[in-house]
Amino acid sequence: MAAESREQPETPEDRALLTGEHFMKGDIAAAEGAIAAGCRFFAGYPITPASEVAERMSERLPEVGGDYIQMEDELASMAAIAGGSNAGKKSMTATSGPGVSLMNENLGLAVITESPCVIVNVQRGGPSTGMPTLPAQGDVMQAKWGSHGDYPMVAYAPDGPQDMFDQTLAAFNTAEQYRTPVIVLADQTVGHMTGKVEIPESVETVDRPTPTGEPNPDEFLPFDAAYDVPPMAAAGDGYRVHVSGLTHDQRGYPDIDPDTQLEMITRMFEKIEGNRDDIVETEDYLLDDANVAIVAYGSTARSSRQAVRDLREDGHDVGLLRVVTPWPFPVEEIEALSGAMDRIVVAEMNLGQYVHPVREHATCPVENYTHQGGEIPEPGAIADFVREVIA
Amino acid sequence: MSQQASPAQVADEHPNDDILRGERIPHIWCPGCGLGTVIKSYAEAVRESEKTLDEHVVVSGIGCTGRAAGYVNTDSYHTTHGRAIPFATGIKVSNPDLEVSVISGDGDLFNIGGNHFIHAARRNMDLTVVCANNFNYGMTGGQFGSTTPQEAITSTTPYGNFERTFNLPLLAASLGAPYVARWTTLHPRRLSDAIERAMATDGLGFVEVLSPCPEGFGKPNGFPEGLDMMEYFEEHCVVDSTADVRDVGVELDDEPIVLGNFVEDEESRSYMTAKTEYLESAGVTGGDEE
Repeated sequence: MAAESREQPETPEDRALLTGEHFMKGDIAAAEGAIAAGCRFFAGYPITPASEVAERMSERLPEVGGDYIQMEDELASMAAIAGGSNAGKKSMTATSGPGVSLMNENLGLAVITESPCVIVNVQRGGPSTGMPTLPAQGDVMQAKWGSHGDYPMVAYAPDGPQDMFDQTLAAFNTAEQYRTPVIVLADQTVGHMTGKVEIPESVETVDRPTPTGEPNPDEFLPFDAAYDVPPMAAAGDGYRVHVSGLTHDQRGYPDIDPDTQLEMITRMFEKIEGNRDDIVETEDYLLDDANVAIVAYGSTARSSRQAVRDLREDGHDVGLLRVVTPWPFPVEEIEALSGAMDRIVVAEMNLGQYVHPVREHATCPVENYTHQGGEIPEPGAIADFVREVIA
Repeated sequence: MSQQASPAQVADEHPNDDILRGERIPHIWCPGCGLGTVIKSYAEAVRESEKTLDEHVVVSGIGCTGRAAGYVNTDSYHTTHGRAIPFATGIKVSNPDLEVSVISGDGDLFNIGGNHFIHAARRNMDLTVVCANNFNYGMTGGQFGSTTPQEAITSTTPYGNFERTFNLPLLAASLGAPYVARWTTLHPRRLSDAIERAMATDGLGFVEVLSPCPEGFGKPNGFPEGLDMMEYFEEHCVVDSTADVRDVGVELDDEPIVLGNFVEDEESRSYMTAKTEYLESAGVTGGDEE
């Protein structure tokens, strides 16, 4: 039952980067963004509405010399990509909320072992099995706080198929630069939306820092505190690393001690929170003359853009701050925005999550447009809410 | 640590110094525990294997045996509870040249991690899985698990264990694992030989090691010293590699404990071998920019 021989581009470069204009589904674009970024290992478990990512990777990775494996569950998928990352491969999995709930165990392992990897969460309605085929943004707090303990997190929230390509690529670059897991916080709307995706002739990719010179296992420190982001040796490189999910010293050896914990966790936070200027991305839309700002992320930013246009037709000075990276939280951006606005409206497809850190950092009143999920919030509904707030 | 803790002469050198992380000794394991012997046998297998030390990788889960990764001088990964096998799978698939061994305990591999073992064996992943079976959860204080003999007293079976007991060689063999063996810490040479054979197998090699746990399992069950269980092994173990694996369950009830290399499938086709064949026949050439 072997598959028939199939046509494929001749050069590896052409196979990895499908330069040109495509009519592409968001989930597929995420897979292509990953391959363009250099992802060569994917471990996953089928789940609606993210299965298309796995399907695409199972076909594409062998073409570019990469490996796809379908695991027995999401616990195993996340453990496998942490392993693949430590074998030196740019690694990814894709899932939805129920899968993330299981992956959070080994997401924590990837954090504490500083193993770069990307987790695509195509959100659906929850809790539990919820609404498998319909969108929601109920996992935005889970993305930050899902695993136990204190840790920093980076998440990108794409708002369409092109963005699924661009932000998955960006997620890999950030993961590799900072040796940390990164979440692509999509949702069913953008995952299943089909639209134009332009793949450029070349893309900028980032590789994790690695040790140089002749391997010296007796002196090499896999978690060298002299660096924000210590060089990472792969299994087989000759450094004979020890990597542990226990609190560890610079050598990687377990050291269950408050001082070691403080040193380890402080550096881990600092490399993310201390580089917010580099990591955080937001987009301004018609904010220059606005006195009311909608703050939105992911697919809700799409509806909010239209809501801003509708409100402006009515003569209201409303703009949009689209949060491209919900985590780390855009502290400076929200502080600056709130200083310039009379009011902020956080629009999100959940019953009020991201509004909380916005309220924590905003100096102006903050209102919250909420939606239970299952359908993308309509621009008119967001606009009506803003009209009520400013009336 | 007291410099005079042991009256025994401490040797300056050990034959396995290059394969063990000497700076991490003394280890955390209790006096009488069998895990030191497991590590020694692994080290002997590495010495005999065709791969260099830099090509060996050890992955462990959580628990007393989970600390094994911390004492071997290979690239070594101490992962989460039950997930050593999928983590090791990620390493092996990403770099098939590496000889990846999972060394972990019965609770880690077969209670919380049971599903991963089942699927790794079914897909015939190229891993060596060494399970130190000490009949209980040692690190957390001697609770019962799926390998605890019936009637045994543990800290969570105060009236005796009424659950049935896993027969690990039967489980592994039923899943098609191409190499399945059981030895004890009383048999270090045959144990290291079995680990070496598991490494040489094209597919998943499984080695169960029965190992004393005097502090956890032993004290409430008539084996208060490590040597007590070693004596029990000496009196009850029989070697029969042709035994029917359905009949090799261990209950510590004075019936013989059957040891041996139960399955040695020379025709095994591993996950990696099968995958390579399929992709070649499909004309998918791969080839990265690297």
